[in-house]
Formats: sequence, structure tokens, C-alpha cells
Amino acid sequence: MAVDVKLPTLLRVHADGAASVAADGATIGAVFTDLTTRFPGLAGNLIDDEGNLHKFVNVYRDDDDIRYLDGLDTPVDDGDVISILPAVAGG
Amino acid sequence: MSEFASPTLRLSAEQHARIVAHCLVGLPDEACGMLAGPVVEPGAPRIEPTGEITEVYPCVNADASARTYTVESRDLLRAMRDAEANGVELVGVWHSHTHTDAYPSDTDVRQAVEPGWLYVLVSLKHAEPVVRAYRIREGATEEVDVVVA
Repeated sequence: MAVDVKLPTLLRVHADGAASVAADGATIGAVFTDLTTRFPGLAGNLIDDEGNLHKFVNVYRDDDDIRYLDGLDTPVDDGDVISILPAVAGG
Repeated sequence: MSEFASPTLRLSAEQHARIVAHCLVGLPDEACGMLAGPVVEPGAPRIEPTGEITEVYPCVNADASARTYTVESRDLLRAMRDAEANGVELVGVWHSHTHTDAYPSDTDVRQAVEPGWLYVLVSLKHAEPVVRAYRIREGATEEVDVVVA
């Protein structure tokens, strides 16, 4: 499946400055594998040491937060837009 | 422009009023929101805001807390899409301190994610709200000027 992945400003430095990147995969996890193969600098920002979605990012498939779908196993279709958002927080 | 440039944050009176109003409405909890505006070099790998603000996005504090804030991710997504549609970037985040000064807390510094952003603090400690802005990079905090006109 070919999807469009939107990157937040802070991750673009790891993707040659691109604001969005085309990627392939049947699930969000597969899309991330494709992305991090091409842009290794993204790896530690998306997936934690245990292979789970990094707690400092939120990922949406179109309008849906994947934490409330199947996480990294969430399937994607051609043309889906995957948005990666930083966790913006403080005290 | 140097890597540690200090743009002046320029808010319209209406934008300033919207930020302060959202912070007051959010009491007793902290309130938060995002800022969009142009960057010095569009398409550059790292953003450097010009300081001009084209849109202010009041967001839900997902923490619903008087001590911490997390910008509700759905609101952040909406702001990100609107900024993209308008050819600008998200260039900052603002939040209130209900009982302390308009200075980044240790938590704010530790959790600052984007070195290019302007971090705006609204103190509601006194009767008159105080709005100040900062860059936060690698644990260091640097104040930038705020102009409301």
C-alpha cells in the first residue's frame, strides 16, 4: 500500500528536510519499517527499545489515533495519510 | 541568520486577547494552544520562525491539570493541517502557569520537543496576565521579545 506520511518539523531533519514522505506497507508498523530503512535517523524517534510506538509521538491514520485502533498493527490502504505528531507537553 | 537567532514574537492585539482568554477560561487548570506562522527559509530541515504569527489555536489540555499540560493530539493534528493548508508552519506552543511566573518550569525545559519553536508562557499569578516567550534548546532557555500591536 502506498501512503503519504506527514512529518512534524522536528523529524524532518532526519528525512532530508521533507514535510511528507511516500512510503509502502500493509500496516503502520510496515510503513515505519520502510521509512526507517530509508531514513535511519527516524528509527529511535518512532519506535522504542521494546518495539512499541514511542510514547513521545502520536500517530494518526487519516482522522484516527492508531492507539485506539490496532497500534502498529493498524492496517493502511492506498492513499491513506499517516500523520506523526510530537507529544507537546510541559508543566 | 545564526542558529541561535532570537526572533521577536509579534502578536496582534486580537491574538494576544484570544490566548489570554483561553487561559482564563481554562482555570483552575493550565490551558494550552499552538501558534502558526512563516519561517525564515521554507523547506529548510530545521525551522526558524520569523516571529510573525498568522494563527493562534486554542487547544484542549489533555491532562486537565493545574500543574501540567499536554496538547490534545487531535487539536494538534487540526492545527498542523490548517498551517499546512495556509502555507505556514507550527512555530510555537503556549500554555498558562496558574500560580507561578511566566518562566519555563523544569518540566517545560525537559519536555521541550522542538528547538525551533517559540515557547510562550502566560502567567495568571497576578490580576493582570503576563505573556512572555522563550526559545528552549538542549536544556537552555533564552527569552525573546514579545510585541503586541
